[in-house]
Amino acid sequence: MSRAPLTKSRKFTEVQQRLSSEGAAIFVDREGKEALYVLSPYRIDYVHSYAEDSPFFLGLAEHRLRGSRCTGCAYVYGTPRGHCQFCGEPTEWVDLPLSGKVHSWTTCHFGSEAFLKETPYNLVLVEFEGVNSLLFSRLKDCGEKDIYVGMPVEARFAPEPKFSITDVWFVPATKK
Amino acid sequence: MAETKKGPKRDLFPGTPTPSSPRRPGRRVYMVSGGVTKFAKAHPTMDFRLMCKRAFDLAKADVPNLTNAMIDGSRVSYFSDHFSRQLKAASMVQDYLGLNPRGSVRIEWGGATGGECFQAAYEAVASGRMDCCLAVGYETMSRVPTWKGNEFIALASDTNFDFPLGGFYTGYYALMVNRHIYEYVRRRKFAHVKDEREAQRLAVEYGTRIMAKVSVKNHRNALDNPYAQYPKAIDVEGVLHSEMVSYPLTREQICTMSDGAAAVFLCSEERAKELTDAPVQVTGVGCGTDTMRLADRPFGKVLLTPKEKAEEYADLPYPGVHSFRAGRAAGLEAYRHAGIEDPNRELDFIELHDAYSSSEIQTYEDLGLCKYGEGYDFVERGDPFLKGVDYGFEVPRAGAIPVNPSGGLIACGHPVGATGLMQAVFAFWQLEGSIGKHFGSGRLQIPNARRGAIHSHAGTGSAVTVSILEARP
Repeated sequence: MSRAPLTKSRKFTEVQQRLSSEGAAIFVDREGKEALYVLSPYRIDYVHSYAEDSPFFLGLAEHRLRGSRCTGCAYVYGTPRGHCQFCGEPTEWVDLPLSGKVHSWTTCHFGSEAFLKETPYNLVLVEFEGVNSLLFSRLKDCGEKDIYVGMPVEARFAPEPKFSITDVWFVPATKK
Repeated sequence: MAETKKGPKRDLFPGTPTPSSPRRPGRRVYMVSGGVTKFAKAHPTMDFRLMCKRAFDLAKADVPNLTNAMIDGSRVSYFSDHFSRQLKAASMVQDYLGLNPRGSVRIEWGGATGGECFQAAYEAVASGRMDCCLAVGYETMSRVPTWKGNEFIALASDTNFDFPLGGFYTGYYALMVNRHIYEYVRRRKFAHVKDEREAQRLAVEYGTRIMAKVSVKNHRNALDNPYAQYPKAIDVEGVLHSEMVSYPLTREQICTMSDGAAAVFLCSEERAKELTDAPVQVTGVGCGTDTMRLADRPFGKVLLTPKEKAEEYADLPYPGVHSFRAGRAAGLEAYRHAGIEDPNRELDFIELHDAYSSSEIQTYEDLGLCKYGEGYDFVERGDPFLKGVDYGFEVPRAGAIPVNPSGGLIACGHPVGATGLMQAVFAFWQLEGSIGKHFGSGRLQIPNARRGAIHSHAGTGSAVTVSILEARP
């Protein structure tokens, strides 16, 4: 049994399209030189541990936003880390306020393949009163034209936690 | 808003320790030759080994006295194993080039992979370990679709806290430039506008029009660079009205994915003399770093250039997410090493890592070409433009210090592991005065170029290298 002859194309995009249906295709360049393309799938499930960051993600499931405070210099991290970046001392867990302000923002109209179907989405860095560093999150219920630096925002939590950073997001603050 | 946040940070964090490299200068290091493949969307009939071989052969062709036996070893760079699904690919490059059993090591440092590879080869020679070290790098990004490629790149952000939010580097850079515009345009140029949203809207409009000029510059410079992937006679409106990717960055302000390779030979003084009459000395190397997560960036004090004073930045939390402390640290280290006090006067050009039009403007400031906050004015004055190129708008001070005469990443493409080495090759040709020979036209040749800098940048600014190259006739 021999298979049907492979499609030959001078267009790279056509080769890419053929691959998904036929598994192999030939690209022909301007000088007539041929390159054989095959489809080579690659999928893997990682057994990922949040390790020392685990209490943060478990906290989200309880609708708590947890940062960390250095036991040496008292620097307060809006995104927790186990040891201080300035003095190297261990940090302790602290609850962050559930409202803050937009430090900076963007609206993504494209994204990585994994997030393309979610576009457009807003990314924000949130600053909190009394906290020295920021938290990266999404801003929902708000269009590109309404977002501004300094905008008051408040946290929302997923009713069904997926144990991901996406279990928390922000929306425009209801009270000023 | 955005009053400086309360807390202990500014006193607690006095700034970054002053870079003081080199502790001891090693041997003098010279670049004797370089070669690149054309950067392209795809090179279907060449895999990474053949691309590296092509760049290697081009570099060798310019120094006929260089035999393979003289090459003591190599440093090989590529960014992501995901793109080719071939681990230990650097060994295959070393193998294909016929350099076994000599020493070789793979270099990976995100977007700065090529720049770091250059410095690793520098170190091999400066330390006395080698008299001739090849630095060669590549990336084959066409092996996956563009949006999957973006995902691979975004995996170079914290996968616990950043990536799952919609990991997308253009989004990260858009966030950073929005804050940059807020700090320097809204607060300074539109301070008189009382309505906060209106002021910010005007500031973004003002800032993006200037960012677009950077994109026009790089695309138009590349019209005379046959190695560039994406030369284009585009205008400001064309840039601004191209597709919005991540507000306010439009498609024409973002570098593309590419296939390509570049190779560089670095030698000791004795070996360089045997090979060429016009070696280029690497007189300075610098490398700086910053936090992986944007959210962790401190709000401390500015790392000052010799020309700046702390008082000028009393109200500026630094680096925040608006500036690249790693770039400032890398620049200061390289300048000190090369004995440069005023880069504006003492550099003739810079090949700068313009993955985005915005990051080129931010980097002018980091590299001390202007003060923090003056990047937009620097473009408006025309300093980074080439003389004699028609950009479609006034560039009064064109030629003052051309940035990305080759077209940069925006127009040349960005095959990550090759990019920083591509900059070294183009800089070398400028200093050798051979742009005409290599590009087929001398229009991009900077007259009497004596000293240039190359700048390679990773992550959201988590690592940056700066190297200084100097003609030594």
